[in-house]
Amino acid sequence: MIDINTILSGNRLALSRLLTQIENDTPEGRAALNDLFPHTGNAHLIGVTGAPGTGKSSLVNRLAYFYRHSLQGQEAKRVAVVAVDPSSPFTGGAVLGDRVRMKDLAGDAGVFIRSMASRGSLGGLATATAGMVQAFDAAGFEIILIETVGAGQAEVDIARLAHTTLVVEAPGLGDDIQAIKAGILEIADILVINKADRPGVENTERALKGMLNLAHPVQRVFQHHGQFMDVEPAVLTESAPMWLPPIQKTVATEGSGITELGSEIERHRLHLQSSGDWERRERARLETELHQLLQSTLVSRWQAGVSENQYQQVFKQLADRQISPRQAVKELLNGGFPK
Amino acid sequence: MSERKIRAIVAKPGLDGHDRGAKVVARALRDAGMEVIYTGLRQTPEMIAEAALQEDADVVGLSVLSGAHMALVPRVLELLKANGQEHVKVFVGGIIPDEDAPQLKKMGVAGIYGPGTLTDEIVRDIRAAVLGA
Repeated sequence: MIDINTILSGNRLALSRLLTQIENDTPEGRAALNDLFPHTGNAHLIGVTGAPGTGKSSLVNRLAYFYRHSLQGQEAKRVAVVAVDPSSPFTGGAVLGDRVRMKDLAGDAGVFIRSMASRGSLGGLATATAGMVQAFDAAGFEIILIETVGAGQAEVDIARLAHTTLVVEAPGLGDDIQAIKAGILEIADILVINKADRPGVENTERALKGMLNLAHPVQRVFQHHGQFMDVEPAVLTESAPMWLPPIQKTVATEGSGITELGSEIERHRLHLQSSGDWERRERARLETELHQLLQSTLVSRWQAGVSENQYQQVFKQLADRQISPRQAVKELLNGGFPK
Repeated sequence: MSERKIRAIVAKPGLDGHDRGAKVVARALRDAGMEVIYTGLRQTPEMIAEAALQEDADVVGLSVLSGAHMALVPRVLELLKANGQEHVKVFVGGIIPDEDAPQLKKMGVAGIYGPGTLTDEIVRDIRAAVLGA
């Protein structure tokens, strides 16, 4: 059993061990998350996504540093970083290299960086990322920066998890057709053009601006794993107008544009809170989590009720093309599901 | 439940800038199914111990080619212990003179590997040390 008081009181080793339990989905980890859940809901979750090599890790490094040292007239915030890198589909191994860019944060007890491997998950995060974020939230980290795997076009899970999603672009990666495609650009609350000292930055900016200007102002309803998530539309009022994603240019290696990016993130937080979107996003996130947990729990409950022999028999019929995949499912559910 | 994932830090303490060996080892551990946290060049012992703490590492691999191993390695061991992580296995690679090896092992280093070591040997030793196989 994990004593959650060690987590709540800020014991770093206990937190680190808990994160491993959560990642491995152990009974201890699950029990601790149950106990910690009432202590969550205070952190601002900021997602950072974008193609490989656009500078996500360097940007996270600078942003974390900003929250530690550059908040004018405010106390420094405690910052957690969850950085996800891909697992090998063949060996399950991974090289997690995001810390290499985060050396400026070393030696600061107000920062906690945890690397995670995606472990076969395809949406840009790992299955256990949400649980880890909850643990950091309960442990009192006020800002949680979540860096996705280098994302292409469709890895949009981060928008379900984070309050504020930054999509990081860099000059020279795509033309204006890329900019009107569906997917990752749509989930941006803030668009960041990093490496803005490189040639071609004005083209990238023009393409993104054009994309934003074409956008019809619709309230976001997230589609998630084939299901549209119902998010009730916000009532647009004078005091809470529609959020239009700003474009912020940065050079993360030099630190330029970071203060401005920090204030855009703060502006977004205030917008979410004044428009009621904060609450709506929280509810939508919890509902997704509920759906996913229901699915995995039902599957394992069913598995417990069906014998390997039964399963192989049905599968053989399927492999011999005597029954269709759907008929096989029907067969297995009839046999295996305890009423 | 699949086999427990081994989490390994691969770090280069001190000031030498040759990280080819560290990268080869990182890649070999990856191919053996481990999760390797690569921390990069010019790490202080404090930074390495901090990474091991935050990442809940099972293993720390140190690559030293500068000759400063008798200063750097004991410091890392000391800090791991101070953080309550004496269970973390420490492996050292690089240019380590034979006469220093016994002393390092006595301090608690689990394995020492010089040029020409087969990566399979490192993988086997790490698995044995962590999983007790």
